[in-house]
Amino acid sequence: MAISTTHAPAGGESPGPAPRTGGTGTERRRLGALLHKLDIKGAPYAFVAPFFVIFAAFSFYPLVYTSYISLNRVELATLDVMEWVAFDNYVELWGDERFWNALANTITIGIISTVPQLLMALGIAHLLNYRMRASLFFRVASLVPYATSVGAAALVFTMIFERDFGMVNWALGSIGLDPVNWEHDKWPAQIAISTIVIWRWTGYNALLYLAAMQAIPADRYEAASLDGASRWQQFIHVTVPGIRSTIVFTIVLSTIGATQLFGEPLIFGQGPNGITGGADNQYQTLGLLLYEEGWKNYQMGRAATVAWAMFLLLILVFVVQRLIKRLRSRTS
Amino acid sequence: MTTHSLPARTDTPARTDAGRPARPGPGRTRVPGRRLLRQRAGRQHHAGPLAYVLLGIMALLSIFPLYWTMVAASTDNTRVSQTPPPFLPGPNLFSNLARAWDEAAMGKAMINSFIVAGVIALSTVLFATLAGFAFAKLRFKGRNALLMLVIGTMMVPPQLGVVPLFMMMSELGWSQQLPAVIFPTLVSAVGVFFMRQYLSEALPDELVEAGRVDGAHSLRIFWSIVLPVARPAMAVLFMITFVHAWNDFFWPFVVLDMTNPTVPVALTQLSAGYVRDQSLIMAGALLGTLPLLAMFVVFGRQIVSGIMSGAVKG
Repeated sequence: MAISTTHAPAGGESPGPAPRTGGTGTERRRLGALLHKLDIKGAPYAFVAPFFVIFAAFSFYPLVYTSYISLNRVELATLDVMEWVAFDNYVELWGDERFWNALANTITIGIISTVPQLLMALGIAHLLNYRMRASLFFRVASLVPYATSVGAAALVFTMIFERDFGMVNWALGSIGLDPVNWEHDKWPAQIAISTIVIWRWTGYNALLYLAAMQAIPADRYEAASLDGASRWQQFIHVTVPGIRSTIVFTIVLSTIGATQLFGEPLIFGQGPNGITGGADNQYQTLGLLLYEEGWKNYQMGRAATVAWAMFLLLILVFVVQRLIKRLRSRTS
Repeated sequence: MTTHSLPARTDTPARTDAGRPARPGPGRTRVPGRRLLRQRAGRQHHAGPLAYVLLGIMALLSIFPLYWTMVAASTDNTRVSQTPPPFLPGPNLFSNLARAWDEAAMGKAMINSFIVAGVIALSTVLFATLAGFAFAKLRFKGRNALLMLVIGTMMVPPQLGVVPLFMMMSELGWSQQLPAVIFPTLVSAVGVFFMRQYLSEALPDELVEAGRVDGAHSLRIFWSIVLPVARPAMAVLFMITFVHAWNDFFWPFVVLDMTNPTVPVALTQLSAGYVRDQSLIMAGALLGTLPLLAMFVVFGRQIVSGIMSGAVKG
């Protein structure tokens, strides 16, 4: 409160006009103190308000409203006409083969893309952690795929995996193997799509690991090497535990990404085949199913139901992850 | 003091070079025989040839698809569709780029993407710095709870609210308009958290206190004390947000159409066309990636350290 007399110079931008005439010194001082108090109490909320207001309006509210829409029949052409159907959409979805297919595809593509991605990222981070020349080059190079949009990356890989003239089949042929029909067959298609995901995100995850590795105190390594631990043992017993929270963080991020997978399979299918995830839905993910229901079949209520199912899947994954964590900490 | 580009922990390898205390043993004295230690601590190992080879392969795999995009964009449709595939650039790069710009709507898409990504990055940086400063240095009731809320929102994928969001936009009359893409992403929880982490370390409490003693109100402190300190982190956050906004796909694909696309939306149209001109498609893909690549070439160091500094406590 001691500063109330010196408030005036800065007052030009302060909220509320300062009384210029008629006020005695004490009044002005009192007003200054009041403004100061208001500033101290109110400014923090004003500073964080924009984030929460925009988040509430464009993220939280839609998320909650999704659950209401999923209990209605709404068509794309007439968005303001809602017909209450209670849980019909959920019952239909439960009985819909395409939903279970999309769920299974989302999980398998999620595993095929996440596990190798994070393991390779761990290895790359370990290599980047050496002292070396050109380390900046390698770090930036590992991030180049991250700078490439889903669209561009998926287009290139679609061409690389092309059946007739694609580079992968050409390479297979040159070592005497039969060409693979990457788009048409289920597992090849899922592997090709996972390759796009792996390519885009491995380097990014490697840098997250590298940052965490650099924060491990050097004396832990020294203690380990005094105990006669080999480099590999040091990696397993010092490095990996040292970056465990970052590993969990990347698993969470990749899991979220995997449940939302959309652009890669869409573009890989090249047009009409993309939305259905191939002619036999062999690589249709939940994200694609959501889009198909809403914007191809014009059933927004059912699209919202798929979205809600995706959300439940995510929660389920986190619950399982929590359980595993608790079990592990209990056993150790 | 705070002029270095990012928080000090990204510099750790440099300072561990020499003169380390030997080991956390008794007395912490220098042990003359420490060179006899069979191995030095993990991160101080020099890379052997194998590490260079492996990282070389990694760099090659990272860069090759983009290189090949350029190769395919520089030949013509017949050459791309032959085996063996072309590995060296052809003569048609600029004519294909020009065709992609005009015929494939990439020109309009690029301009749209610059607007969208620029506005989103600017507003994200501004609001994230404001909120990050409040969370890092100001005391207020419910601060920790609100911060936990921010972190919690990171876990919610925006894709899940896409149906109501679409309805909202058509009610507002923003369907197929850029504001529909811009408004939902004006703020980012990751950004708020990033700026909070940076300012807790880089901005000394005394500086804020001194401002208070001089009678500056909070907005003035933000303007003349926080902003100068935060500038390096703001630059990094700007670039990272720009990359994300430029590449954002699902929501723009849902709400925009081909008359007014962003780059990723326009690229899907390229691939879905009935007459498939492969080298034109690749030219479009290259065009849409060039601005970000240019940014990475110029500011690679800052972006790398930004991603790394945001990571440790994530």
